[in-house]
Amino acid sequence: MADKNGFFDLSKTTLSRRTALKGIAAGAGLALAPGFVRYSQAQSSAPIRIGFQSHRTGIGAAYGRWYEKTSAAAVKAINDAGGISGRKVELVIEDDGTDPARGAEVVAKFAKQHKTDIVFGTLFSHVVIGSAPAAGENKIPYFVVSEGHHVASTKLNRYVFQPGITDVKSQIQSMAPWIAANAGKKVTQIFPDFAFGYDHRDYLPPALKAQGADVIAQIAIPPTESSFTKYFPQIPAETEVIYHVMVGPAVLTFVKELGEFYGSQRPQLFGFIDSLEAVDINSPGLEFLDGSHFWEGSPRYAQADDSAAQKAYRAAVGIDDNGAAVGDPKDVSTAAHMFGCWETLYVVKKAMEDAGYKGPEDRAKLVEATEALKEFAEGPEHPQGPKTFNGKIHQCFGIQNISKVEGGKLKVVHKTKIEDGLYEPEGDYTTQAL
Amino acid sequence: MHFGPHLLLAALEGLVTSAVLALTALGLSLVFGVMRVVNVAHGEFFMLGAVLAWAVSTAISGHPAIGFVAALVIAPLLVGLVALVAERLVLRRLNYNPEGTIVATIGMLYIIQQLALTFYGPEARPVEPPFSYRILLPWFGYSGYKLSVVAVSAILLVITWLVLTRTKIGLIMRATQYDRETAQAFGIPVERVYAGVFAVGAMLAAIAAVLIVPISQAHYLMGQDPLLLSFIVVIIGGLGSLRGTVVAAVLIGLSDGIISMFFSPTLAKIIATLVVAMVLVFRPQGLFGTTSR
Repeated sequence: MADKNGFFDLSKTTLSRRTALKGIAAGAGLALAPGFVRYSQAQSSAPIRIGFQSHRTGIGAAYGRWYEKTSAAAVKAINDAGGISGRKVELVIEDDGTDPARGAEVVAKFAKQHKTDIVFGTLFSHVVIGSAPAAGENKIPYFVVSEGHHVASTKLNRYVFQPGITDVKSQIQSMAPWIAANAGKKVTQIFPDFAFGYDHRDYLPPALKAQGADVIAQIAIPPTESSFTKYFPQIPAETEVIYHVMVGPAVLTFVKELGEFYGSQRPQLFGFIDSLEAVDINSPGLEFLDGSHFWEGSPRYAQADDSAAQKAYRAAVGIDDNGAAVGDPKDVSTAAHMFGCWETLYVVKKAMEDAGYKGPEDRAKLVEATEALKEFAEGPEHPQGPKTFNGKIHQCFGIQNISKVEGGKLKVVHKTKIEDGLYEPEGDYTTQAL
Repeated sequence: MHFGPHLLLAALEGLVTSAVLALTALGLSLVFGVMRVVNVAHGEFFMLGAVLAWAVSTAISGHPAIGFVAALVIAPLLVGLVALVAERLVLRRLNYNPEGTIVATIGMLYIIQQLALTFYGPEARPVEPPFSYRILLPWFGYSGYKLSVVAVSAILLVITWLVLTRTKIGLIMRATQYDRETAQAFGIPVERVYAGVFAVGAMLAAIAAVLIVPISQAHYLMGQDPLLLSFIVVIIGGLGSLRGTVVAAVLIGLSDGIISMFFSPTLAKIIATLVVAMVLVFRPQGLFGTTSR
């Protein structure tokens, strides 16, 4: 076929000296643009800059938006109370597209171009795993709010921390006794086919075994899948409990199709709220969920016994009693996870103040100060509940909520204890060189 | 689950996939057949249909069926309008040059996708189905709405076929497809036919999207899978052949449903791609295509 208009004629695009000069001039102009202005006064008055690796687009977008809201609220609260060591805090946000390769680029960009003090805020486990090496290479502390076991597995590196949310292995271990005792002994697992799902795949069977229950089938579903009915025939008929955890934009379809498949003749359901995070549990087609149970990190619905700290946190972030944005009941939050952003930022504040952190040259000191932390008391800085922190594996341990769907709301029916979720460390980050 | 019910469920799922795929692929096939334009942005017209369906159905209160029917009418019309504008502003200026239009439609793909991201956002949003009847079979339940999607698609396909074979518009389109220059010599306004075909192709994708959106929510990246599958269907069926498109859509949809249920969804995709490769090697014009003149 003839190339009449010369679209593929490369010979047309020669670079003239004038064009080259224009390019250089534009580059110089960029370097002088506001973003590159350095603070000329003493470092101590410049704001602390936190690079926020956000899932603005891609399969994690719903989480990304609420992680940003929560972090912005926490930064405002910290700044209103005088900032960190008297310095204001500033979030620098970059979208990682919920993509591991892009995630690593974003971390490197924070370290080299934005020159932020730390990187923070990642949720999706494949992005964390993909980005962690970049944090290690650039020696920039990387505080994730991911829930995955990868940080605590000590397979990442010394610069990666998860001090704001309990990891999946611990969550499963602390909830397994309740599942075995209250839901059933024959469990079929449905989980997303990537890193976070593999934590569930690997840690649920031994945790249930210890309680005299068995996982009889494991069904992996790609997180980008858009129709799910085809997977359900793999659920064995003798299943007593379906343990489900899904992520991605199609979670509502997943739960709806599960309802169409089973109707009211369903096995017991125990789900991670991830399967319905940012989705209204009263959406049409979800009526069959009534009476089923969910894990929640922090409860979506306001509970009767909420602490003053929890109430203040909900007001600051801007969610109503149903866990939706104030003023827009359709905009349901990711309440079960996003508290981790709030708490992590307060951990960063504590560690920076302990370390006498001045700037990027003190990053190693910040790592050591974070590792020295032992526990976080429940209160305005940690509204989800008390936590302990293991500096060797860079992971915190807190309480978990098991909630029941009742009258279109999630009501907490069981809270685990911190001790229920403790396990033998699998390694020690502190032996690695800084 | 026993083999019988298992197969039934697989076939039902496959039929729903086929129905939506047939409509989407038909749009792509029509545009290529008449205009010789490979429309890479076809999947984005699909996505746009779903997103507009969400917008229309949330703007209209009352029973969900009212909003849905309104969306089924308004969303495809708006998408057709967008396609018409794109055809006027872009494709016509390239004189429908085959290579040029590929690059241009890739550009359109990104423009539409990013506009959707900017104005609609990255969330997946649900559209309520017009009715939610659950068919209760002895072994499992199945969504009544899904079956109605199959029926509506079948009706639309028949209508398209009737228009193409029994009306003057269809005759003009087929004449343009057969020989553009002779058609022009006989006084057929070829450029207007092109504009109309491009709009209709996009509208078919939009209709398919409105039908599917109560099942899987509207999301700004949802156009990628249908585009890929439509290409597969069109290559297997033969570009520009309506019969081939429908047969290939049913073939791909059913095999996708059955293979992904008995084996794995990944294997289903592998086999579909393998079939494409085999068709390209042994019958490059597709199952029902005619060799290009």
